Amino acid sequence: MQLYGTHIDSRLMLGTAQYPSPTVLAEAFRRSGAGIATVSVRREAGGERAGAAFWDLVRRLDVTLLPNTAGCHSVREAVTTAQMARELFDTSWIKLEVIGHADTLQPDPFGLVEAARILTEDGFKVFPYTTEDVVLADRLIDVGCEVLMPWGAPIGTGLGLTNIYGLRTLRAQFPKVPLVVDAGLGLPSQAAMAMEMGFDAVLLNTAVAKAGDPAAMAQAFARAVEAGRLAHQADPMAPRDMAAPSTPVIGRALLS
Amino acid sequence: MTIARVLGAGVAGLCVASELAGRGCDVTVFDPAPRPGPHGCSWWAGGMLAPFCEGETAEEPVVRLGQDAAGWWERQGVAVTRQGTLVLTLGRDRHELDRFGRRVAGHQLLDDETLAALEPDLDGRFDRALHIPGEAHLDPRAALVHLRSRLESAGVAFVAEKGRPEGLTFDCRGLAARDRLPDLRGVKGEMAVLRSSDLRLTHTIRLLRPRYPLYVVPRADGLFMLGATQIESCDRKRSVRSVLELLSAAYALHPAFGEAELVEIGADARPAFPDNLPRLSRQGDTIHVNGLFRHGFLLAPALARMAVEAGLDRTRPEFWHED
Repeated sequence: MQLYGTHIDSRLMLGTAQYPSPTVLAEAFRRSGAGIATVSVRREAGGERAGAAFWDLVRRLDVTLLPNTAGCHSVREAVTTAQMARELFDTSWIKLEVIGHADTLQPDPFGLVEAARILTEDGFKVFPYTTEDVVLADRLIDVGCEVLMPWGAPIGTGLGLTNIYGLRTLRAQFPKVPLVVDAGLGLPSQAAMAMEMGFDAVLLNTAVAKAGDPAAMAQAFARAVEAGRLAHQADPMAPRDMAAPSTPVIGRALLS
Repeated sequence: MTIARVLGAGVAGLCVASELAGRGCDVTVFDPAPRPGPHGCSWWAGGMLAPFCEGETAEEPVVRLGQDAAGWWERQGVAVTRQGTLVLTLGRDRHELDRFGRRVAGHQLLDDETLAALEPDLDGRFDRALHIPGEAHLDPRAALVHLRSRLESAGVAFVAEKGRPEGLTFDCRGLAARDRLPDLRGVKGEMAVLRSSDLRLTHTIRLLRPRYPLYVVPRADGLFMLGATQIESCDRKRSVRSVLELLSAAYALHPAFGEAELVEIGADARPAFPDNLPRLSRQGDTIHVNGLFRHGFLLAPALARMAVEAGLDRTRPEFWHED
């Protein structure tokens, strides 16, 4: 998988928040083989150098880091946070979150496009956390986004893919753009479904971090992502309404 | 008589000094601050002795060793309230109670009536709750002050200096020991103290929420301690966001908190190792006792006993960590 010209082996990305301990976090990464770790600059760790000890532990995971702007509710906050993240982690990658609704944590589509434009012009490689809206996707690509991260469901809900039609449409409309289902996944089967639908990768955090055994759940997601990807590449059969026997019936002995 | 030094007079240092004194050692405690106070993170602790609830996210040793804590503090003459913990959820987080119940031992499920019988002021506010009867709480500041004066009466010397390792030394300096223990990191906790004359609660209350629980620990004189955030940071800033979260959760728990007096807002950084478990280690004649994370009052008694055994008897106890 190529993201902004960088080859990434694993199609599973994991967040780094809310684990019982950094050791458990590291074990979850090890067992999942996740290739990208998102890290929150604002919310999880304190600003500036105060969170350095935790970030050092995250750096030691030896995966590609994707800092995010989680918790930002305005364009200005998101842009400032992205700039801080670039300095802290020495990367131009930024997962852009501009939250528009405090209760559902739904992205603010207008602020998102504006922040994506500003950051792209400033040299950032923007991974926008967006909805499944195709018009919004178009606008984000217009301002320079080369990867989109549509939600499956609101952050932290574990509801899975709540608008399958919308996600299918998005996939069909943008066949060449890497699409990462981000947020709302609660179970490996939901991740497998996203991959079967042809999404390029999935990103999750709470479903692993808050599981009773985060490392085991991380491994379960890794296998589901692999299974879903293989299934997609294998060109699944089309569902049909009527039974279709897998062995021919013509010539079968008639018992009546 | 064995001579021993203790560096740091927080909860870990005072517990180690107590165990050393109990083994007949000649103990001197060094700490730049002359008294227990807001300079140390023990001062900001909740004082919950809740080993079963901590088991939701903490590993098995915390649950096992934490069960000895209430008895240890009582034996030192500290007042311990053994009322147990009530675990509650607000409307949209109801499923969190089931999850919590699956992971935590020793609880009973209460309905609204049995809850009201235990905590009458919560009557009609929650339709179910978990009760963990085997848990307790104490007032951490009173406990620190009491333990220190008890040690002074027992002949332990306190020196208001930083102190240096010399001979058998127990380094209990918390985050300040990062100069010797590079794996230590700070995990910030913010808390608030409210005073309400309208509300009477006797149990430790744990309100489950998606990111971290709010706990309410009743103290004397109508005071309630609210805690605590858990942020990967070693700063001591009290953020508006955290205080808003704590206060609005308390208000949701009971509207009487809306009329309460805001007595205090505090923050400090807990010393933690990457696995969030404590560690005992030796560098020369110095034994490090550190990484108590959010379990200072819960685990310090057990850690102190093990550290002193390691120092005097050369045992290699649990949590022993070779560099």
